[in-house]
Formats: sequence, structure tokens, C-alpha cells
Amino acid sequence: MTRRAPHQIARRWFLQNCGVGLGSITLANLMPPALQAAVDPLAARQPHYAPKAKNVIFLFMAGGPSHLELFDYKPRLAEFDGTLPPAKLLEGYRAAFINPNSKLLGPKFKFSRHGESGAEISELLPHTAEIADDIAIVKSMATDAFNHAPAQIMMNTGSPQFGRPSMGAWLIYGLGSESQNLPGFVVFSSGKKGPSGGNSNWGAGFLPTVYQGVPFRSSGDPVLYLSNPEGVDAKLQRDSLDTISRLNRMRLDTVGDPEISTRINSFEMAFRMQSSAPELMEISQEPKHVLDMYGAEPGKPSFANNCLLARRLVERGVRFVQLFHEAWDQHGDLVSGLTENCKATDQACAALVKDLKQRGMLDDTLIVWGGEFGRTPMVQGGSDGRDHHPNAFTMWLAGGGIKPGITVGESDDLGFNVVADGVHVHDLHATLLHLLGFDHTKLTYHFQGRDYRLTDVHGQVVEKLLA
Amino acid sequence: MMRSTSIFAAILVLLAWTSASAAVEFERDIQPLLQRSCHGCHGEAQQMGQLRLDSKAAAFRGGVSKNTLVPGKPDQSELYLRVAGTSSQVRMPMGGELAAEEIALIRGWIEQGADWPDTLAGTGSEVNKHWGFVRPQKAPLPHVRQKDWPANPIDYFVLARLETEGLQPAPEADEVKLLRRLSLDLIGLPPTIEETDAFVAGRGPDAYRKQVERLLNSPHYGERWGRHWLDAARYADSDGFEKDKPRRVWFYRDWVVNALNDDMPYDRFVIEQLAGDLLPNATQSQKVATGFLRNSMINEEGGINPEQFRMEAMFDRMDAVGTAVLGLTVKCAQCHNHKYDPLTQEEYYRMFAFLNNAHEANIAVYTPEQQEERSKIFGEIRAIEDGLQRRNPGWADRVTAWEESVRGDQREWTLLEPKHEEPSGQKYHYYKDGSILAQGYAPTRHDLKMEAKTGLRKISAFRLELLNDPALPLGGPGRSLRGTSALTEFEVEVAPASDPEERKKLKFEQATADVNPPLRELDLFLFPDKENKRRITGEVDFAIDGFEMSAWSTDNGPARRNQPRKAVFRLSKPIDVDEDVVLTFHLVQKHGGWNSDDNQNNNLGRFRLSATTAENAVADPLPADVRSVLSVASGNRTQDQQRAVFSYWRTTVPEWSDANARIGKLLESHPEGSAQLILSERDQPRTTQLLARGDFLQPKDTVEPGTPAFLHPMPASDEPARLRFARWAVDAESPTAARTIVNRIWQSYFGVGLVSTSENLGTQSEAPSHPKLLDWLAVELMENNWSRKHLHRLIVTSKAYRQSSRSGPELLTRDPDNRLLARGPRLRVEAEIVRDIALSASGLLDTRLGGPPVYPPAPEFLFLPPVSYGPKRWYTESGQGGYRRSLYTFRYRSLPYPILDAFDAPNGDAACVRRTRSNTPLQALATLNEPVYMEAARALARRTLAEGGAADRERINYAFRLCLTREPEPAESDELLAMLERQRERIASGELDARRLGGEGAVNAAELAAWTTVSRVLLNLDETITKE
Repeated sequence: MTRRAPHQIARRWFLQNCGVGLGSITLANLMPPALQAAVDPLAARQPHYAPKAKNVIFLFMAGGPSHLELFDYKPRLAEFDGTLPPAKLLEGYRAAFINPNSKLLGPKFKFSRHGESGAEISELLPHTAEIADDIAIVKSMATDAFNHAPAQIMMNTGSPQFGRPSMGAWLIYGLGSESQNLPGFVVFSSGKKGPSGGNSNWGAGFLPTVYQGVPFRSSGDPVLYLSNPEGVDAKLQRDSLDTISRLNRMRLDTVGDPEISTRINSFEMAFRMQSSAPELMEISQEPKHVLDMYGAEPGKPSFANNCLLARRLVERGVRFVQLFHEAWDQHGDLVSGLTENCKATDQACAALVKDLKQRGMLDDTLIVWGGEFGRTPMVQGGSDGRDHHPNAFTMWLAGGGIKPGITVGESDDLGFNVVADGVHVHDLHATLLHLLGFDHTKLTYHFQGRDYRLTDVHGQVVEKLLA
Repeated sequence: MMRSTSIFAAILVLLAWTSASAAVEFERDIQPLLQRSCHGCHGEAQQMGQLRLDSKAAAFRGGVSKNTLVPGKPDQSELYLRVAGTSSQVRMPMGGELAAEEIALIRGWIEQGADWPDTLAGTGSEVNKHWGFVRPQKAPLPHVRQKDWPANPIDYFVLARLETEGLQPAPEADEVKLLRRLSLDLIGLPPTIEETDAFVAGRGPDAYRKQVERLLNSPHYGERWGRHWLDAARYADSDGFEKDKPRRVWFYRDWVVNALNDDMPYDRFVIEQLAGDLLPNATQSQKVATGFLRNSMINEEGGINPEQFRMEAMFDRMDAVGTAVLGLTVKCAQCHNHKYDPLTQEEYYRMFAFLNNAHEANIAVYTPEQQEERSKIFGEIRAIEDGLQRRNPGWADRVTAWEESVRGDQREWTLLEPKHEEPSGQKYHYYKDGSILAQGYAPTRHDLKMEAKTGLRKISAFRLELLNDPALPLGGPGRSLRGTSALTEFEVEVAPASDPEERKKLKFEQATADVNPPLRELDLFLFPDKENKRRITGEVDFAIDGFEMSAWSTDNGPARRNQPRKAVFRLSKPIDVDEDVVLTFHLVQKHGGWNSDDNQNNNLGRFRLSATTAENAVADPLPADVRSVLSVASGNRTQDQQRAVFSYWRTTVPEWSDANARIGKLLESHPEGSAQLILSERDQPRTTQLLARGDFLQPKDTVEPGTPAFLHPMPASDEPARLRFARWAVDAESPTAARTIVNRIWQSYFGVGLVSTSENLGTQSEAPSHPKLLDWLAVELMENNWSRKHLHRLIVTSKAYRQSSRSGPELLTRDPDNRLLARGPRLRVEAEIVRDIALSASGLLDTRLGGPPVYPPAPEFLFLPPVSYGPKRWYTESGQGGYRRSLYTFRYRSLPYPILDAFDAPNGDAACVRRTRSNTPLQALATLNEPVYMEAARALARRTLAEGGAADRERINYAFRLCLTREPEPAESDELLAMLERQRERIASGELDARRLGGEGAVNAAELAAWTTVSRVLLNLDETITKE
């Protein structure tokens, strides 16, 4: 599926329905039919084949969570604790901070098996352990970059170099948006820092900007400039919009530029967003047991609140929700840092899966959990830190056509290299697109004289993950 | 869209199936079809996509897309797929689809074996070079039927195409609309009411031309068109990547604006940006121009390899040169031979080699006023020194005698080469001269531990030299924004090499340095402390006083701070051993700020350690450059060298203390300049190697600088390589340089370039809509000394440009993108202009030119985690500073200014020569609710009440004209008046709070509030932000 950039007439929102305010004038009727298809980049579209997943919630654990303490238990690493790694292993290996020839550090936490699947999960993740049979754990992830910004950009755009569209942008480009009141791609951020790659993690790259993610906040105005300015009440806002629309309509009649009808629709959607976004954010409407399940507290920004909001967004037709939680960079304070991070995220992640399952939404909502890379089996500093490690790390997926209760792939005894069923970031992307109904080699965009795609020239669908 | 395509394809297959049984004959059924619909672009004259269909051999060979014809298999034959519209590529023919039965014929013919009799094989099968790789030439103006229409050559080309298509040009836009279009296009601001009235009143043959000249001569012209180039130059005020620290590069931004205002010829414009530093006697401005190449992102994460990210920056530069100047996508060849264009990977690295021999330099730069101050200061110093020489005729002999006295007074120093072993974020580069350069992540408070093993048996003192390096801020020697550093403590431990853990801390009895600035409080703006703890800097003793509060600083003001410095630390008791020892140095640096995600470090930059066995060693008071001149025989010295010796020597003459004090004062008055990232050529050339898969860890064969074979040759010359490359890039023989810039300028006017893929004119580009016009304009530009103003003048005075932009459904369907130009452009203006229009209409706009970036109001949380990676500084401007043109808004790559981001301004991640133009609810939210926009609405209301007359209708008229230039139609006025009345009622009834709405301090709060609501409507109209 290649659609070239509609050069001049582009990026327009919702021509099918004009909606409130103007007495439901269907502006699309004013347009020549040939234009209608070209001018509505957000119209819901069908993918290449019937999708398993309609929505995605990506729980991005930014900073690089330690697979060795969370999912990938290595008893041999414990045995070798305090010894140097085999020289052969380190050939050609570069580490970010440490001298690679540093002593091995055994896992800091206990693991046990959970669920019928018997998945091995750390004691740090008691809630995730409860959903062991709902998730697929991939212990054989690998990536190309081992610095935060390039690796985050890699995970989110398929390239460690800036300038490519994010996967959410690709998805909206491919599928359009189903929500009439909210953006198709929404981003939240929590944790101690912001994402290392900044806006480019959810940017549109060379795709039209209409596909980029919209950052939401869990306190204050969820979207920038959502509230009316000082002194403007709802009635005045509506009156102003109606006047603007009537004047714009007069101009449309005179000059006949369909861009004007698009602008009228943009204003209408903005108005709808002004009521739908705050309504969305009202998690106090949720029953207490739901709040408790997530550990969410209305009015107190947290990752847990964001998880609950993610569910509410998906319920409202938002296609792609990405939660950034930048906190996992444990060069030191491995034990306390991980304990704290797991406390902040474990319960809510598990609650999200359970909640969606209870509501029958898990079948077509794909959940992805993971960071930009893993951490070294070698110690950094004294005895309580690990460096960045791109060769092997763990992610998990659930719902949306993912086979539940399985573990895919294996790393070696030290958790250093992948030894079975390797899943490169490109393969993950290919698999996500597959579940969403796309042949990843065919979702392309023509730019700079070539067809670009999320997976560049790589990517294999991971069949073992498919239900 | 997809669904309809596939249904359509199914119908076609059906049609094809029904007709396939009949035998298709090439001569009867196919050849005429090809002749009529294909040969125009794929024939003898031109071969789009390198395909020609008038020759059997060429047709079967295929073009850029192979498999044009696969006998028996229409579904694998690109010819069929393209005409049937089932290919992923553009449907053919471009001018209009074939009839269904014609498509069926082609299918049938291929199915039946694509029999093409040899008797009809055609004669020529050569494929010309891709049009974009052949130097443009001016074709004769085409014949047109409506001979009275064209105003200049552009119109002949446009009209000829319209006549071929059977279309009529649109009538000229009405004059007020036209003036607004012209003003928005040339200076990015709407015309004022006075300008509009004057234009309408001064009707006459020259009125329009006068406006063109007025606007081309406006300094705002450079701001408007500079922004375009800055997109291509991926300009931003921050580093990008994780920390995204602020950087000082606005001199480059102003250079671009000034160059455009001066109408600097485009070829020189490019040459200075690629190699201005290498021009003979390069000026500050020419060095600043190379900032173009330095607009690459910089990663200072803790875990980086600096060389890896230097390579990333090099790739980015290549991409920028390719996209902005060459109009070619060169990026592909970073990893492998270009798949489509004839560019090999080796050729990519040969071009790369031209750029690969430069320092990533950072220099001090001064505004013209500051430069004047500087020449005044140095002039006066010179005059004082000349006076001293005049009044003391024997001075030369005294200098010679002094030189003799100091020539041999230096101790022998043995270089120590300590290494840093511990894991650390800051990276160290070890030079061959034993010096060490700190790079990458810069901690703001740290204890740098370095170890050196030495065979010296006796050590009485250590010397720490602080050295300049082009890569350091302002050349160093430190890493602070000022190129300075502060050494909190200098500590050394010694241990026997046989037992390196047996460390003993050494005591110092004395520290000397060649600079001992007076005691100062640490600058809390540069180096903030969370608890505002008091810290001081000053003389070198502070480095051995055992207190973390005090440090030795080398900062003695902007005139003298960026020089090499040294300190000598004498041991209380010399080391005296009979075996090798390990020395552990602690270079404690704790005088930075608190935020290492900002530019708050105060670290050593480049430094070197050595030791001496001699007794009573002190720091050489002579500056390094003076010391080195002393070894040059006086007859061989340059005047500057001689002057340097004198300038130092005079400070040692006791009876000249007055003159020395006066000079000291002058130096203290030296202005604080700014900084600019530039390229400066290295003395030692780097070797460039082809990198397998673009991986800096996989260097292969060494390559020499060279240009790709498919482009024009590089003329021989003795100039430095990068300068030769720059000249070559915009050589008059270049097939792409002029076309690329001409096409982009056209794109800004009409929304689409003559070649729509303006970033790429290579074989994968889309065919030009008016190839001969593109070439004509390219040659015209070169023939007129590459003057862009000449080009602008031509375009805006053409009839094509001056057409009305009104259109109807029929034309919209036929030509949605206005490629045929049967109407004038109607486009939403660019992000910066959207905001500038509101500021300008409301009268808030501060039109001052140039200078450091500004920080208009923005929500504070944006600059704090978890939105921003780390806390960022945003010094929100109060008053006028918040209302400068949007060009001057500080641009953080990771946190673009919200309203500019919403309206598609690129963030500088990569070269951008074609912005997208979106139309989204987020834009509506911004213009409706953003505080600056609301401020503009209030200001517009105030202005209307003050200047717009007394009657409501008159005032509506006035405010309307401020925003839209034209007068409102009666229906429009009525609509606005009704709005006004409704709000007056609500205000009177107390439903709306007038003060909150219209702002405090108004005389008539109710009126101001009511008019604010009307103003807000006007600022939010589609037409207000549209060039029509």
C-alpha cells in the first residue's frame, strides 16, 4: 500500500461528518468525489487483511529495564558472580560506560514459576505473575543501539537515526482514526525524566504531521490549550465557533477551496475535544474497585493513572496509546531502583491486562511492554548497577492476536546473547504490523526517491507469537 | 481508497477476460496506442524513468522499473500494471487514464506473448541521461494562442501547457488580494492598512512593481525567505538527542537572513556555508556561514563513543548537502550503492572525504557594534604601546636584554601520561602530545581520577597545563560556556608500582600560576546551586587549600580568558624513590552548576600533566605564545610575534605601571561576545575510509576526495579540498544546483514545486510539470548572477502568479494540486507566519531584527520532566520580547514551541525542504485558546477602539482589514456586528466578566471585552491564516 503524499491538498480531518454547530451540514457533499478520498488522511481505512488487533497500548519502559532481574532468570550468572566474563564473549563488544571486562553480577532477586504456563517471573513483579497465562514473554529481543536516545528512537521508529516516522504514526497513516473526538495516537509520560529521544519518539518523520502522536497529560489540561482562555465561557466559545464557521462558509462559497471545509471540521473537532478530553480524564468516574485494581488515584499523576487512561482512550476509539515511563536506567541503585519502579508499574500493567480481558477488549487490543534495551550481566560500579546492553533483553506482549501463556526465545546462560528464536526490533515491528492487518513490506511511503517502511529492509513476523 | 482501487481492478480483469479471446495485433492495436499515450514521455525526445516505448529493444529492457513487459504475464508486466492502476506506483499515463478497452487490449497483447514484429522494432534505443543530470538549457519560448496574456517568459510556458490541456488561465486577482498575497510571500507579513490604501490610490502601470521593489527591499524579506533556508539547514537552538542542551548558533541564523537581504548570489551563499572558513582572509561572517554544516545534532549522553556520533553528524551533513544543495538523495549510498541513481557507495565516501577534515569548532563571535568596540579597545592599547615605545627609544635593547635573562630560566619537565580508568560519563581523548581532551557528557561536579606510572626517581613539583582546542567552547581551555574551568582541588597520591594500592597522599607547599584572577563569587547564573551555596573562585592557592568552596579559575574576563594557562604545584617533600611509582591525580572539579542536562559544567577541557625533579619550580609567567617566540631569532619574527613579546614585556616594567593599568582597564571593558559552531580545517588531514554498511566500526578501503561520475566534473585548482567541493556544488555546469533552488522557490509560491519531490531531482523524482520552465528559470538564475531577488521579481510579476485563486469543483477535480496553474495559489501560510499575522494585525509585533533567540510564553511544565528529559531553561519574556517574529523563537529540537509545532514547523532533526501542510483540531485549539493568541485578540480590540473610528460598522471594517486586508462584504459585517451585540448583552447582564475577558485596566471594560470576542473570531478565520 503506497500512497504518495497528497501534495497540496492534504491532512484534513473528518470530511464525512460536520457534526454540531452548523446543523449537520455534510460538507463532504460539496466536494467532488475524487477529492474526498485524497483529502481525508484520517478516514478509517482497511488494512491489507483482516486484523487481529485494532488498537495498541505500548507500555514503554524507558531507560532499559534489567531483563536479568525481571524476566530472564540466570542461575549460572549467580554461580559466576564476581568472576570475569569469558574473553570470547566480549570480542567486538562495546559497552556504554563500563569496561566490558568487568565482573559478572548475579541476579539480585528471586524468581519463581507462575500460572499454567509456568513462566519464570521475578519476585519484583507479583502482579505480572498473576497474568502469566495471558502474556507472551520474549526473552530474545535484540537491538542495534546502546545509548538511550538512539535506542529509543530505534524502538519507536525502526532506525537509530532521527527523522523517521514513529510506529504510531505509521499505524495511523495505514489505518486512519476511528475517533471523532480524540486524536488517533496519544502519548503519556511519567517517571523521573522525559523520554530521551523527546518528541521524535512519537513524531511523524517525513509522513504528514497529522499522523504524529499527541502528548496528553494526566493533570491539568490533558491537551495543550484545551481550556477556553480567561473570561471565555462555554456559551461564548460555541457562539464564537458558530460565527467563525458561518464566516468560513461564506468564504468557501466564494472561493471554493475544500481546505476551508476541512478547517471548519477541525474547529468542530477541537470543540468536541474540549468536552471529550476532560471527560476522558475523569477517572474518578471509575468504580473504586477499578481504581484499586490499577492503584490509580484521581488527581495524582502516576503511571497507574496513565494505564487506566489508556484503557479509557482505547474504549473511545483511540488507535495507539503509548505510555512512556522513563525510570529504568539502573547504572547504580539496581536493587532500590528496580524495587521502586516495579512498585510504580507492576500492578497497573497487570491491571490493564486483566481489565481489558474482563471487558472483552483484550482480544483486539495489543499490549506491548518493554524498553529500548536490556542491561549487562557485568556489574557497573561497586555491586549494585548494570550498564546498557543491546544484545539480549526481554519484552512481553498480550492480547490482539498474541498467543497467551508462552515464552519465546532464549538468551545464553549469562543473559548476554540471544541463543534461540532471536527477535530483533524490526521483527517486533513486523509482528505488530502483521497483527494489525498489514504486510510490513507493503505499508510504505514514498519519500526522497524511495519507498520507506517502518521495518526498512528488514523484519520477519515472529510466527511463534501468533495465536 | 484501497478498496475502490481493488474493485476497479476486478472490473478491469473482467473486461480483460472478455476481450482476451480476440487476437491483438501490435501494429493495429498497440502501436498507435503507445504512440498516442506514451511516446511523449517515453520516446525519442525524453525517457522518463529511463523508459522508452518507441523501440522494441528498449521497451523489453525496461526503465528504472524493470519487467516492463513479461510476455504472457500481464500481471507481472509493469506496463500493464501501470496503465491499469494496479501497481503501487503512479498510474499511467500521467495526463489521463486509458479507456477500459484500451487497457484490456494491452493485457490481451501481453497475454498472447507481447508479439512485437521486428519490422516495427524502431531504430533508436538509447536512453538519454536522466533529465535532472543534464545541464539545463533555455528552450525557445513556446508558441501560444493568447499572445496578449503573457507578461513575461514564465507565462509562455504556463499558458502553453494550459492551452494543450484546453484550460483557460484565471483572471487576475483583485488588487487588494494580490497585495496581501505578495506581502505574505515576500516578507511573511500582511500589508498594513496604510500600505493597502497607498497601493490602491496609486493605481498606475507601475504601482504593482513599486510594491514588489518595496517588499524586496524590506529587511523582513530576509526573515521570511531565511526561514526556508533554515528548514533545509535543519537549524535549531539545541543539540537534540537526549539532553538536547541549548547551543549558541543564532549568528548563523542572522547570517542567513542578512545574506538574503543583501541578495548574496546563491552560488556564493552556498560556497560560504560549505567552506567560508577556507576563503582567503575569511571574515567572521564567512566562518559563521559554515554553521550550516554544524547544525547537526550532538549526543552527549553518558555512554557514547564520540567518534560514532561524529560520524552520525557527518552523515547528517551529507544528507543536508544532498537535499538542500544538490537536490539528490545521497543517503542510500552511505550503506550501499544507490539503488536508483548512478551513485556508488565509494563515490558517497569520496564526497564525504571533502567534509571530513575539519574541527568541530566553536568560536567567539561579535556583533558589528561589539566588533567596533573591540577595534577601539585594541586600537587604544596599540596607541598606548606605541607611545611607550616612542617615549622610550631604548626599549628594543631592553627587550633583548630581558629575553636573555628569561631564555634559560625554565625547568625540565617530564611528560606524565595519566589515564582515566574508571567508568565515567565524561570521555577522554588522548592526544599524541600527551594532552587529554574531555568530551561528551559533562558532569557538573566530579572528582576526575587519573593514574600514571612513572620511572622518575625524584619528583619535586607537578605542572598542569590548560590548553586550547578548537572543539572546546570558544576554543577553551575549559568546557564551560565561556571556555573556562575551575579547579576545586589538585590532589596527588603516590604508591609503589609493586604495590599500587599502597597510596600515600602528597602535601604541597606552594602553588603558582600564570593567571590568578581576583577573588570572585561564582556566577550563579552560569553555575547555579540548588541551595544557593556560596562558592568562590580566584588564585591558584585555592586548588591546594583543602576547601571545596574555593577553586582556581582561569577566567579573567572575555579578552583574556581563552588562552592556554598553567599552574605548578610544588611538593612539601619531594618524592624520592628507587622504584617505579604510580601517581594518582585527583582533579577535583566541583564548581559547576547542578544540572548536567544543561550547559552548567565548569570542567577542564584540554590539559596536560608533567613533573620535574628541579627545585623551586614555579609556573612560567610568560604566555605560551611569547615563550615560543623567544626561540625564534629576532630577525625571523613576524611583526605580530614581536608585538606579542613587547606586550608581555611591558607588563614587567615597574615604571610603566600606569600605562599597564590603563591597558588592563581597557581589556576589562572588552565585550562578552556570543559563540558559534563552525567548521575549521585541520592541519593533519584525516583519512577517509569507506564504511561497510555505514558502520564506523567497519572501515574498509581508503578513499580520496572526489565527485560522482554522473555529475559534472570538478575543475582543477590549488584550493583546499572542501572549498573546491563547495565551488563544484554550485558550479555553472551543475545540472542540479540551480534547478534545485529554483524549484524550491517555486514551491513556496505555489505550494508544489515544478518537480513535486523537491528534495530529490534524481531518477526517482516525479516528472516536472513544466520541464522547460524549470530549465528556463534555472538558467535565468545563473545568467543573472544567481540573484534570488531577480527570480522573485520574475515570478511575482508573472500573470501566472497574479491569477485569482478561486476555483470550482470541475477544476478542483481535474487538477486538485494546481499543477497546471489555471488559478493562483491559495494556501494556509507557514507556522511562523500564522503566528506573525496575529501579532502584526493586533499591533503587538516587535519588528526588531536579529539577535539571540527569544522565549515567548509557553507552559512551564513543558520544560520539566516528565515532559522534558531534564529540566530546561525557558526565560519567559515579559513585554515586547514575547512578541518578536516567530523566526526568533528559541527552538528546542525535543520540545518544539507548541503553536509552531502544531502548524508543521520542522524541528531540525534532518534537512527539510518540503514542509507538510496539515489542518488539524490542535491548530484550532492553539489559535482559539493559546495565551499569546488571546493577548493578540485583546490587543486587536484595543487597537480597533483606539484607531478604528467611532461607529461599530467602521470599527468592524477596520479590524477586518487589519486581519484580512480586504474590506468585509456586508453579510460578513452583519455577522460580526451580530456577534458583537450578542456579547454586549451578555456582558451587560453580567453573564460574561468583562475584565477577565478584555483584560485589566481598560477604561471601558465592557466595550473592550465585547470587541475582544470579535477580534478573536477574526484572528481565527481560515482566510486570516491563508494566502489567497
